Amino acid sequence: MTATLAPAPRRPKAAKRFRAFWRRWWHQLTAMRTALVLLLALALAAIPGSTFPQRSISTVDVAAYFDEHPDLAPWLDRLWAFDVYTSPWFSAIYLLLMISLVGCILPRLGVHWKALRAPVPDAPKRMSILPHHRVLGVDANQGRARAVLKQRRWRTAVREHEDGTVVIAAEKGYLRETGNLLFHTSVILVLAGVAAGSLMSWYGNRILSEDKSYCNNLQQYDEYGLGSWVDETSLPQFCLTLDAFDAEFTAGGPTAYDADVTYETGGETGTYDLRVNHPLNIDGTNVFLIGHGYTAVVTYTDRYGQTQTLHQEFLAMDAALNSEGAFKFPDANVDPETGRVDPGAEVGFDAILVPTFDDSTAMLLGTDPEPNNPVLALTAYTGDLGLGDGLPESVYSVNEEQIASGALRQVNDEVEVIGVGDEMTLPDGTTLRFDGVEQYAVLQVRHDPGGPVVLAGAVLLLLGLLPGLAVRRRRYWIRWNPDGTVETAGLNRNDFDGLDEECDELTAAIAPGHEPPGTDTDRPGSDQ
Amino acid sequence: MTGAEAANALFVATILVYAAAMFAYAVEYAFDRRAPKRAKALAAAGAGGPASAAEIETDTPAEAPISPAAARGAGRLGLVLTFLGTAALAASIVTRVVYTGRWPWGNMFEYTVGVAFAGMVTWLVLVSRGSVPRRLGLFATFAVTMVLGTSVRVYTEAGPLVPALDSYWIIIHVTAAIAASGILLIGCVFAILHLLKRAFDRRVSDGRPVRFPLNVAERLPDATALERMTFKIHVFAFPLLTFGIIAGSVWAHLAWGRYWAWDPKEVWAFIAWVVYAAYLHARVSGRSAKANAPWIAILGYAVMLFNLTAVNLVFSGLHSYAGV
Ligand code: HEM
Repeated sequence: MTATLAPAPRRPKAAKRFRAFWRRWWHQLTAMRTALVLLLALALAAIPGSTFPQRSISTVDVAAYFDEHPDLAPWLDRLWAFDVYTSPWFSAIYLLLMISLVGCILPRLGVHWKALRAPVPDAPKRMSILPHHRVLGVDANQGRARAVLKQRRWRTAVREHEDGTVVIAAEKGYLRETGNLLFHTSVILVLAGVAAGSLMSWYGNRILSEDKSYCNNLQQYDEYGLGSWVDETSLPQFCLTLDAFDAEFTAGGPTAYDADVTYETGGETGTYDLRVNHPLNIDGTNVFLIGHGYTAVVTYTDRYGQTQTLHQEFLAMDAALNSEGAFKFPDANVDPETGRVDPGAEVGFDAILVPTFDDSTAMLLGTDPEPNNPVLALTAYTGDLGLGDGLPESVYSVNEEQIASGALRQVNDEVEVIGVGDEMTLPDGTTLRFDGVEQYAVLQVRHDPGGPVVLAGAVLLLLGLLPGLAVRRRRYWIRWNPDGTVETAGLNRNDFDGLDEECDELTAAIAPGHEPPGTDTDRPGSDQ
Repeated sequence: MTGAEAANALFVATILVYAAAMFAYAVEYAFDRRAPKRAKALAAAGAGGPASAAEIETDTPAEAPISPAAARGAGRLGLVLTFLGTAALAASIVTRVVYTGRWPWGNMFEYTVGVAFAGMVTWLVLVSRGSVPRRLGLFATFAVTMVLGTSVRVYTEAGPLVPALDSYWIIIHVTAAIAASGILLIGCVFAILHLLKRAFDRRVSDGRPVRFPLNVAERLPDATALERMTFKIHVFAFPLLTFGIIAGSVWAHLAWGRYWAWDPKEVWAFIAWVVYAAYLHARVSGRSAKANAPWIAILGYAVMLFNLTAVNLVFSGLHSYAGV
C-alpha cells in the first residue's frame, strides 16, 4: 500500500530492503537462541535413527522391516527413515547449525582478537556503582600494586588523568574466550573429518576360516562399502591368511578370541596376533577382528561312491552360537563312467549347528557356545538347487523358492540330528558324514582418512572446553583519587561467585595495612 | 560366604543404611526451624553458597515435637550414615572386583551401581566443602537410593567379560560415563529443587495458598542459589561426559572397526550431549531461555536414564552387554 503513495526511489529502496532482510535473517540465524533451538532440533531429529533400522548399519534389518511392514515401510522410506543421518532434513538442521556456528565464531574471533590487544578499559567515574567496591583506609603503593597484579598474571593498564587521578585497570581470564572459540571451531573440524571420511573411506567384511586366505579386492568381501571418492581399483594390495583361531570360554560365555594371521603386502610378509581391541594396521588400513563363528565340515558320498568334503561357514543365531547354514552339492550323482548328469539329483541340506547339544533336555538348541558336543540338525532336499540361474543367493540356506515350486523335494520328514563322526543316510543310500567343526573369524578391513582428523578435532574440542568452562573472566580496578583516598572495585564478566574473596585478597596484598571491610557487607567469616 | 555373596550383602546393607540416613535427614529437614530464618539471612547477605550462612539461632515454635537441637543431631547422624553407606557400597564394589578379578563395570547392574556411587560421592564432596546445606541430603539419598533400587531389577551374577569388553578402554570410557552420570544425577536433583522453590516463591508472592507437596520447598535454600549450584555441577560434568563419549568412540574404533556408526547407544549419547550443550547455551541466551534452562537439564538427565535403561533393554545394538 505504501508503494502507491511513495513510488519515487524504488530501486535503491528494494536493494536496501533486500539487504536489510538478509541482515535480519543473518542476525536471527547467528543468534544464540537460534543455536539453542537448532541444538534441540538436532537432538530430536536423531531419535528416529535408533527406532528404525538403518541401511548404513544393516541392510538385512531394513529388508526384514520391509517384510514385516509392507504397507508402512515404503512410506517411511520416502521420509528417509532408514537413512536418517544422511537424510535431507537431518542434514538441513546440522548445516544450519554449522552456518550459525561459523556466523557466531567469526565475529567473536574479531572481537576477541581486538580485546587481546586493546588496553584494559578504565574504571567508571563513579566506582561505587561497581559490585565489589571498597574504599581503602590506608594508602597503597602504586609500584607494589603493579607488581602484585603482574605476579598474579593480571593484564594491566595504568592511566594518569589530568586531575592527578591514577587508575590501574586489570583484567584476567582471556583464556575463557580463547577456549570457547577453540571449542566451537573444533566442532567444525570434527564434522569436516566425518564428511571427509564418508567420501574417502572404504571397508569390507570377510568371513575367513582357518587355513584360508584372501586378498584385498572388493570381490573377495562378503559385504563392503565404498566412499564416493574412492577408486575401487586403487585399493592397497595385500593378502591375509588365518593360520589359527582360538576362542576361550568359561561357563558364562566367551572370554577371548585370538586369531593368528599372516599378511603379505608388496613382497613383505608378517604375522600378527589379531585380537578384539587389537587391530592390525597395514599402511593405514586397519584389520579388525569383530567376531567369530563355526565352520562345519561334512563329507557327502553319492550314489556312485564319489565323496565331496565341504567346509561350510555357519551364521550365529544367538549368543550361544547356535548357528544356521546349508550344504549344497550341485554336482553330485554324476556317473563317473558316462559323465551323465542325473536330472534332479542335486542334493542340499538345511542345517542347524548346535555347539553343545544336551540330550537330557527336549531342546535342540544349546545354551553353551563352546563346542563341547556339537551336532547338526539336518533337513535334506533333492532336485534342482537352482544355482544355475545366476541370481545371487544365500549360502546359509537352501533356496526356498525352489522348494516352494516343487523343484526341490524334502527327503526326510523329521529333522535328523547327528553328532561328529555320525552319518545321515538318505533313502537313495547316499550319506552325509559330520566330520567336525572348525572356527572362522569375522574380519573387518577399513580405511578411513577422516578418522585422525575427527580424533584431532575431538581432542582440541576437549582442550578448548576445559578453559572455556572453568576460566572466569573478571576485572579489577584500583584508583588513587586526588583527595588522597584509594578505591578498588571488581567486575565479573562471567557468572561466578568468589570474586568478593579474590578482590579482598588482592587488596590485602596491595595495601597490607588495609583492614578488610566486614562493614561493607556482613558476610560471615570476613571479619577476622 | 563367597565373594559374590559378600558383595551382595554389602549392597543390601548400603540400601538399608541410606534408607536410615534419608529418615534422619527428613527429621532435620522438617524440624530444624532455623531454616527459613537462615534463608532470609542469606538473602540479606546477597550472595554466597547456601551453606556459607552462619549459624543463626532462633527460638523454636513450642509445638514442634522434636527440638531443633535434636533435629540437627538427626541431620548429623544422617550425614554419618551417608558416609557409612557409601563406604559399604565402595566395599561391595571392591569385593566384586576381587571376586571376579576384573574391572567392575561389566554389565548393566554394575554400571547402575557405579552411577549411584558416583552420585553419592559427588554429594558428599559438596557437603564436605560446605557448598550445600546438609539437610538437602534428604533429596540426594532419595535419588541415589532410587537408582540403587532400580539396579536390583537388572541384577546379574558377577561373571567374566565378553571379549569386546576386555580392554583397558573399559576403565577409561565407562568410568568417565559413570562419573558423569553420577554427577549429573546430583545436578538434576538441584534443577528439580530449583524449580520447586521457584514455583513455591511464585505462589507466595502471588498470595496463593501453598499446599503439599509444594510446601516442602519452603525449607529449600534460595532459588537463585539452587540455580547456580545446578549450573556449576553441569559445568563440571559436561567435559567429563564429552570425554566419555570421545573415549567410547576410540574404543569403538578398536573393538568394532569404526568409531561411530549410529548404534542406538551412540545415538542416545549424542542426543544427551546435544541437550546438555543446549542447556549451557540456554543459560546465556537471555532471560526467558535461562528460566527454561533447568527444564533442559532435566530433559538431559531423562535422556541419560533412557540411554541407560531402555536402550540396553529394548533396542538391539552392539552395546547389548546388559547381561539381563
Ligand atoms: C554444534 C553446535 C554447538 C555446540 C555443540 C556448542 C556447544 C557449546 C558448549 C558446550 C558451550 C559451553 C561452553 C561455555 O558455556 O562457555 C558453548 C558456549 C557458547 N556457545 Fe556454543 N555450541 C554450538 C553452537 C553455537 C553457536 C551457533 C553459537 C552462536 C550463536 C554459540 C555460541 C556460544 C557462546 C557465546 C558460548 C559462550 C557462553 C559463555 O561462555 O558464557 N554456540 N557452546
